[in-house]
Amino acid sequence: MEFELNEEHRLLQDTVREWATVRLGPLAAEMDRTGRYPPELLRELGALGLMGVFIPEQYGGGGMDTVSYCIVLEEIARAEAALAAVLSVNNSLDCYPIFAFGNERQKRTYLAELASGRKLGCYCLTEPAAGSDAASLQTSARDAGDHWVLNGTKIFVTNGVEADLLIIYARTEPTPGSGGISAFIAERADPGLSVGKVEHKLGIRASSTCEIVLEDCRLPKDRLLGERGKGFHVALATLDGGRIGIAAQALGIARAAMEDSVAYAKERKQFGRPIAAFQATQWKIADMATRIQAGRLLAYRAAWIRDQGRRHTHEAAMAKLFASETAMWAATQAVQIYGGYGYIQDYPVERHFRDAKITEIYEGTSEVQRLVIARHLLGASVRTGAS
Amino acid sequence: MEIVVCVKHVPDTEAAIRIRPDGHGIDESGLPFVMNYYDEHGVEEALRIKERLGGTVTLISAGPPRAAQALRAGLAMGADAAIHLEDAALEGADHVGVARALAAAIGAQTCDLVICGKLSTDDNAAVVGPALAEFLGFPQATAVTKLELGEGAATAHREVEGAIEVLRVALPAVISVERSINEPRYPSLPGIMKAKRTPITTKTLGDLGLTLAEVGAAAARSEVLGYASPPKRQAGRVLEGEPAEVVQELVRLLREEAKVL
Repeated sequence: MEFELNEEHRLLQDTVREWATVRLGPLAAEMDRTGRYPPELLRELGALGLMGVFIPEQYGGGGMDTVSYCIVLEEIARAEAALAAVLSVNNSLDCYPIFAFGNERQKRTYLAELASGRKLGCYCLTEPAAGSDAASLQTSARDAGDHWVLNGTKIFVTNGVEADLLIIYARTEPTPGSGGISAFIAERADPGLSVGKVEHKLGIRASSTCEIVLEDCRLPKDRLLGERGKGFHVALATLDGGRIGIAAQALGIARAAMEDSVAYAKERKQFGRPIAAFQATQWKIADMATRIQAGRLLAYRAAWIRDQGRRHTHEAAMAKLFASETAMWAATQAVQIYGGYGYIQDYPVERHFRDAKITEIYEGTSEVQRLVIARHLLGASVRTGAS
Repeated sequence: MEIVVCVKHVPDTEAAIRIRPDGHGIDESGLPFVMNYYDEHGVEEALRIKERLGGTVTLISAGPPRAAQALRAGLAMGADAAIHLEDAALEGADHVGVARALAAAIGAQTCDLVICGKLSTDDNAAVVGPALAEFLGFPQATAVTKLELGEGAATAHREVEGAIEVLRVALPAVISVERSINEPRYPSLPGIMKAKRTPITTKTLGDLGLTLAEVGAAAARSEVLGYASPPKRQAGRVLEGEPAEVVQELVRLLREEAKVL
């Protein structure tokens, strides 16, 4: 067994850690307060190759692997979690499906733009009545001869406000369930496509989340991504990789909570001693470190299995489940260590606490992850309902 | 423009340094090493020149096997090639010996410009650059804050006490750079992947036609007698009382105890 990062991974970790610490960290509190990020950050990330980490160099990407992707997201999220979400969507939910399921023309048209940070992607799957039960989505795509016509409303679209490119899942066949769904690539300027309600979120506030409204949205015929009727397969394959990324993002938030706690516990004095001298503090920090390490092993192993080209659905689900619950737990402990100062916005752990929560929800809730893991162990016998 | 940049693999300046129990050298176990910060600026300057004028950037480092990491980091920034002088005999070499070895390797290839960091942060000697220029027979400018390249010559700015000194040096030359000369770029992912594919040429002293008598411990003109930790910083003292009294006491302490007034 090999538990060490190789030389390229370490070089990447040093680079991203330095960029995140020097460039991003100082902006974090302001980004959280204003709910936006300086757009030039995307070009900087693109220049470093971080907007398309595992896209091959021939398509303008970073040419690295999923382990690298974990390293990137962990380090970015350590400094600021919302930009990690922006980056994760672009990498996992846009670059990946176009690379894996797109035809050569689609790859040539979109990948270099996305990987360079010149264009930003978003992913439109969730609908008001189709969240965890994504296969029940209702957005329709009608074959109108030389073009498609899409109608419906997508919600909770990360990057939706700024995105230039959208991957949209819609029903092309009347059959119910996952069978009739297809994936499409839309561009911001396509007629009939607009941004609806913009959400105000608890955490990862600097990233945008909004509705995408499709009203007789016309897409050229060649925007179908992958095969007609196989869109749900595209969505699930995409989410397997995405979940590893969210696990890494969660680890970054958990590490921020722990590292801030360590620094604070050494400085904060009560009863004439630093609070780090009290066992109540020490045990919290020891448990944080242990859980983070366990989460990292799950996430990096899932990434490694993916890099071997092997199926990794339940490993990705385990990593995402454990890392996200670790982030929420560690952030809760951090707020407790800070006491009253943990509850106010002058210190960063209040932000980590709010940022951590989303990792238990998006790209599959903790409940969905448990469902995926249980199905792997128990087989189809636990399935209920039509799907 | 064929540019050679000398780089050194040194302990991270933020790491805690432990001296070996025998007092000779530092304990490297668990110690993080990085490319010397000044050398990062050297690599950056070379890459900018290459981007303007074309040519190649070759890195060279003399050091133990781990020094290859500094070369990889420089390749990932965008350098084209790397030479690693790796020889057990170099461990006993002094700065002049290292400069002689570097000069032999650099002299063996076409070179219009050699760039070094002003000094390396591990031993602060600032000897290798100037000694290298002597061995190569090249003119030199040290601690350069701005470099402009012309036809067959370079204009180098140096910050001297209260002024900027402007030198014109004929090429090929050795230039050592200050950190204020530029802001080094981060290695990009494609750069890291390219660095992985770029072979590092390893050379021994024998490959360079050098003997132990010229470079090794026997040739060293300086000898390190020992290492000692700097004295631990004392805790600060807080004076209490009325401002007027405190100021008086502070002045007295600064004059009589600290002897700085």
